[in-house]
Amino acid sequence: MTVVQEHERLQATALGEEPIREELVLGNPSMRDVTARIASIVESKITTKYLATLAITGAMAAWGLFALYYTITTGIGVWGLNNPIGWGWDITNFVFWIGIGHAGTLISAILFLFRQKWRTAINRSAEAMTIFAVVCALTMVLSHTGRPWLFYWLLPYPNQMNMWVNFRSPLMWDVFAVNTYFTVSALFWFVGLIPDLATLRNYVKSEVAKKVYGVLSLGWTGSTRAWHHYEIAYMILAGISTPLVLSVHSVVSFDFTVGVLPGWHTTIFPPYFVAGAIFSGFAMVLTLLVITREVLDLKQFITLKHFENMNKIMLATGMMVGYAYILEFFIAWYSGSDWERWIFVNRAFGDYAWAYWTMFTCNVVSPQVFWFKKARRNIPLMFVISIFVNIGMWFERFTIIATTLHHDFLPASWGYYSPTWVEISIFIGTFGIFLSLFLLFAKFVPVIAIAEIKSIMPGAQPSHHHHDGHGSH
Amino acid sequence: MSTTPTGVIGEFTDVNVIMQVAEKLRDAGFRKWDIYTPYPVHGLDKAMGIKRSILTYISFAGLCGGLTTALGLQFWTGAVDYKLNIGGKGFFDWQFSMPIDFELSILGTALFTVFGMFHLVRIPTWYNRYQDDASFQKATDDTFVVTIDADDDRFSATETPALLAGLGAQNVHLVHTSVE
Repeated sequence: MTVVQEHERLQATALGEEPIREELVLGNPSMRDVTARIASIVESKITTKYLATLAITGAMAAWGLFALYYTITTGIGVWGLNNPIGWGWDITNFVFWIGIGHAGTLISAILFLFRQKWRTAINRSAEAMTIFAVVCALTMVLSHTGRPWLFYWLLPYPNQMNMWVNFRSPLMWDVFAVNTYFTVSALFWFVGLIPDLATLRNYVKSEVAKKVYGVLSLGWTGSTRAWHHYEIAYMILAGISTPLVLSVHSVVSFDFTVGVLPGWHTTIFPPYFVAGAIFSGFAMVLTLLVITREVLDLKQFITLKHFENMNKIMLATGMMVGYAYILEFFIAWYSGSDWERWIFVNRAFGDYAWAYWTMFTCNVVSPQVFWFKKARRNIPLMFVISIFVNIGMWFERFTIIATTLHHDFLPASWGYYSPTWVEISIFIGTFGIFLSLFLLFAKFVPVIAIAEIKSIMPGAQPSHHHHDGHGSH
Repeated sequence: MSTTPTGVIGEFTDVNVIMQVAEKLRDAGFRKWDIYTPYPVHGLDKAMGIKRSILTYISFAGLCGGLTTALGLQFWTGAVDYKLNIGGKGFFDWQFSMPIDFELSILGTALFTVFGMFHLVRIPTWYNRYQDDASFQKATDDTFVVTIDADDDRFSATETPALLAGLGAQNVHLVHTSVE
């Protein structure tokens, strides 16, 4: 491939090639309408309803932070963890939140590479959710270390003991994977935001808002000379985020698989975790977008077609995790290991059977309704299913962690784990943090990628491709 | 206000017209000019005669830097500086180094790509000679805005605006900026 061809390929791929199908932007708006519609959300007065909602989520966050403060000042003995169950809600919540973070990058990177035009309306909010979810995950994983003020011990830095971190440990890989994921997601999100912040800078009336958006947009002008580099940067970020998103949950699953415990030590975990992460991420995106679309009146941009596509992805990934649940039983039997067999029978029929079957029903049975087009386009129904999936995916992580730990190799030490109010409060708190950040985002940041929507509107791109260097192929 | 203009601005609304305008201005030999668009228009950079971005090389350098850091860090700390036997595992093996090699390669690429792009695009720059012009600000909304700077050798305060108007530009006007 010549340099010119390569360059053309990059350009053609970046931000879509042909106009999107009619159904994805309703009402045939002009470009000015699009700018005005999205900017009006930012310019609108802050309502009492908004403040009330923010107060509720803020209170949840504050309550969680109090529980966190109590944990940190007293010690993680205030949690329900015991011997043999050393991981409980802390790691369950960590994996849960990291998983939710996967849909954003999937939508912004993988669907971008596959030229799925419908991603343009939802990628901005999904990416925002990614970042907020990773913040929650980091909160969980830092607090579970017991002495989070010594977090820098996880980093390789020269110290007086001349000791280094253990790079042979999957926990160390996790530190690198999660921090890379957070950094790259945040960069990707911000790069996507720059042109839209510039649009707001030129659009808004308030002087303060103009200044703030002016500074944040870094002086972006929309110069073709700038777009030229920008598009390549966006393409590269999408290209590297795709393997990144697959790697992050794989590395999270290594935390379990590299250990030799029955129920954890299986090769299916990386793909199974990635599928589950995308599944739960889409569920969360759907839950929040159904509400956002209603409240901000974005029906023009976020259409039933978008929801239908997301439901199809949920059906597919739900089937993948269902397949993994069943395959795990087969492999446990096929392994010939008594411990392995026993732990799986115990998982489905032991003390935590209630958690297992909650998971199974929510994740495998409930999305089956999406085989029907009517169900895929039924908003109240998909809202309920998405919440089921959120619950089911939380229980998946809980089941994996608790059932393996509570009955270990020595029956004398078997135990049962229940969370204390502190762990429950911290979990509620992470929801508070997540929702508060999302509310702030929805009010002050363009919730829809304005420049991207414009670039795929009918008539946005030149109808002929006649210019120099094109004739040869 | 100074009487010497700092540039000329013209507005276009049709994407097919702007493609031809780009080619004509390029062929006319202008060097200090630009087209501002609300979204990336495919092929416009080529029509303007913009050379291929070197960003991919910068990104690749980031990848190499990240990978080298990861390998060097894991090898030097584990197999050179402090050999710690953990369960008889090797002090350094490429297999266990893979996750961190991968993550740091991605991180290096991402950082170099974004900050390399910032450098090539010259952002942050919170000043532009046209920034207070009403036409110019439409470029982030729904208009294709062409600017030709007065310091271009071929610029003429009378002929260049006429040239733009002849190409179909609306609202052609000279811009006078007191600060430069």
